[in-house]
Amino acid sequence: MPLLMGNSLNAWSDALAGFSPAGLPVGLLIIAAIPLVFIALYALTYGVYGERKISAFMQDRLGPMEVGKWGILQTLADILKLLQKEDIVPTSADKFLFVIGPGVLFVGSFLAFAVLPFSPAFIGANLNVGLFFAIGIVSLEVVGILAAGWGSNNKWSLYGAVRSVAQIVSYEIPAAIALLCGAMMAGTLDMQQITIQQSGPLGFAHFFLFQSPIAWLPFLIYFIASLAEVNRAPFDIPEAESELVAGYFTEYSGMKFAVIFLAEYGSMFMVSAIISIVFLGGWNSPLPNIGPLALNDMTTGPVWGAFWIISKGFFFIFIQMWLRWTLPRLRVDQLMYLCWKVLTPFAFVSFVLTAIWEIYVP
Amino acid sequence: MQELEMAGQGSLRLSRKSDDVVVLEKDLSTEQMVLSMGPQHPSTHGVLRLECLTDGEIITEAEPYLGYLHRCFEKHCEHVDYPAIVPYTDRMDYLAGINSEMAYCVAVEKLLDVEIPRRVEFIRVIVSELNRIASHLVAIGTYAIDLGAFTPFLFCFRDREHILNMLEWATGARMLYNYIWVGGLAYDVPAGFNERVLEFVNYFRPKALELQQLLTENEIFVKRTKGVGIMPADVAINYGWSGPMLRGSGVQWDLRRNDPYSIYPELDFAVPVPDGKLSVVGDCLSRHLVRALEIEESLKIIEQCIDKMPGTEGFNPRAAVPKRVRPKAGEVYGRAENPRGELGFYIQSDGKSTSPLRCKARSSCFVNLSAMKDLSRGQLIPDLVAIIGSLDIVLGEVDR
Repeated sequence: MPLLMGNSLNAWSDALAGFSPAGLPVGLLIIAAIPLVFIALYALTYGVYGERKISAFMQDRLGPMEVGKWGILQTLADILKLLQKEDIVPTSADKFLFVIGPGVLFVGSFLAFAVLPFSPAFIGANLNVGLFFAIGIVSLEVVGILAAGWGSNNKWSLYGAVRSVAQIVSYEIPAAIALLCGAMMAGTLDMQQITIQQSGPLGFAHFFLFQSPIAWLPFLIYFIASLAEVNRAPFDIPEAESELVAGYFTEYSGMKFAVIFLAEYGSMFMVSAIISIVFLGGWNSPLPNIGPLALNDMTTGPVWGAFWIISKGFFFIFIQMWLRWTLPRLRVDQLMYLCWKVLTPFAFVSFVLTAIWEIYVP
Repeated sequence: MQELEMAGQGSLRLSRKSDDVVVLEKDLSTEQMVLSMGPQHPSTHGVLRLECLTDGEIITEAEPYLGYLHRCFEKHCEHVDYPAIVPYTDRMDYLAGINSEMAYCVAVEKLLDVEIPRRVEFIRVIVSELNRIASHLVAIGTYAIDLGAFTPFLFCFRDREHILNMLEWATGARMLYNYIWVGGLAYDVPAGFNERVLEFVNYFRPKALELQQLLTENEIFVKRTKGVGIMPADVAINYGWSGPMLRGSGVQWDLRRNDPYSIYPELDFAVPVPDGKLSVVGDCLSRHLVRALEIEESLKIIEQCIDKMPGTEGFNPRAAVPKRVRPKAGEVYGRAENPRGELGFYIQSDGKSTSPLRCKARSSCFVNLSAMKDLSRGQLIPDLVAIIGSLDIVLGEVDR
């Protein structure tokens, strides 16, 4: 059965890719649209729904149960509510900055999706500096957050924005160095190439995480730093609701608020996808070929690839949610301490060790 | 806070947050900002407003503004009968209504000098200890929320729900009970109440341990609270602190022990104070630990009471309730150990009227809050939130 399904799925996507009536690459466009539709669907509905259900599970509650079966349409109802809400711009706000803030934030978090290889057959823009682009474009979020916080003309928003900028700019350093370790192991910054280098008949054994004993260090460093970069607990200091009301988006309502929310969930998936690509083989199947049972070959292909990377992304999102609903929040100075005195030195150490490993160990 | 002059570099400011964290900042002489925290702020625990003067994230001065929930409790008391004041006391500390009723009734009974049936005393102690656990659960849960952990809050509320269900069964209300009357009780407890309470005690012990592991043993939680908002014992006494706040500073002072009322002298329970191993004595973590340990002591008290409680033969909960409360002329100060500290009522009677000439409430939250200005000086905003949370104020009692 797996053999049949694997083959038919791959055959289906191959056929779709070749579908080009009148010379137009309609099939490719459809394949390209699948992950993007997924992102929108995921971020809008299942991310929020999943978060609510997972938190409910951890807290002995049921979570949303009323709208649809098991509350599965709850997020749609919430979006409808947000659409109907009055879009308030405070009178004393800087209207230009207030309006563009969420937009810049959204662009910053979603542009990185362009360079993520969602399957062997699909990558939005196959840049040869894809990883660099992904690291760099996330910094654009800082501009959006600062614009939103400053433009709101609210002291709490400003605190949130300043904290957020300090946090994201600081944590980019260990995050980028940790990712560079992965790039060094691959010898390229091309995301598709990084993924291809991790494929092989042994499945997960080819992933960079299992290729060298040092890779665990940058993997953990990047995971921790990515939590801070997307403002998730225990680093959700910029939007610490018990201290700063809601941080930089205190004054936002209606769809502007929804856009900020969407950007947050988009970023969550983006960092999860990046960590899976660099350390866990991206769209590669983790199943190994065992003798005559060619599990790896069966589960490799364009559609299977999309399945694997999305599953890996979901796994990391689950861990992010798990942490969020378990841990308290760090203080600002403790956050900076962790970044500059713990993560950054360890990132440098792992960088040097990885370099040595790559040169001297074949 | 220290000021250090460094040649050519302006002044350096050193503020010591705890033993291992020292905040060092170059003095850039930035403009100070007035930040109004509250009354609609998620972590001021009600309608408290703090006007903070902030230098960046550091608070140089925080002034609490009260009175948003003032309901003229003391003036009302002068115009209603003694028993009719009991429901008003519920509305002071609405998280521990029964304990407030207990304090008031202890004061009036002292003035009246009436003999209370023994079973009434046992029931009073059981329900007030149950309410103390419920109140401490809210305190611990909301404290977790203040520090960013949401799950312990809901764990606390799940267990508090069982207590409220039991109290609803016994008293008919979930929050504003009017159960303890002057000289007795409104009703006897329903049949099977004791078994249900014991069942709860057995259910709750492992849950309390789970809460302990989830919150108190959490590294981040300890980092956020240890060494923050330290209150030395002598300053705490000078401020008139009481309850878990004073015990958090290492003073073994519990009115159930030091000025016993009801049947507390017959009961065996410890008065937990921090030993300085887990926490710095007097910091936020100590105050949290005291509350967590007190829950266990309350469970012990409840078990002993159920063990020793007299039967229902010939029992009338209203046997000693006077038809008309008209005390002799005089004055009295009665106090009881509330979950938040010493709640005392000073009552003056002219001997003619059925309502007090003067009824003054000594509110524990109000007194504990008065140290806010001292505690918040030089702290960071997140620490201010941690300090307010550790004070465990109920604005209904602060403002009355």
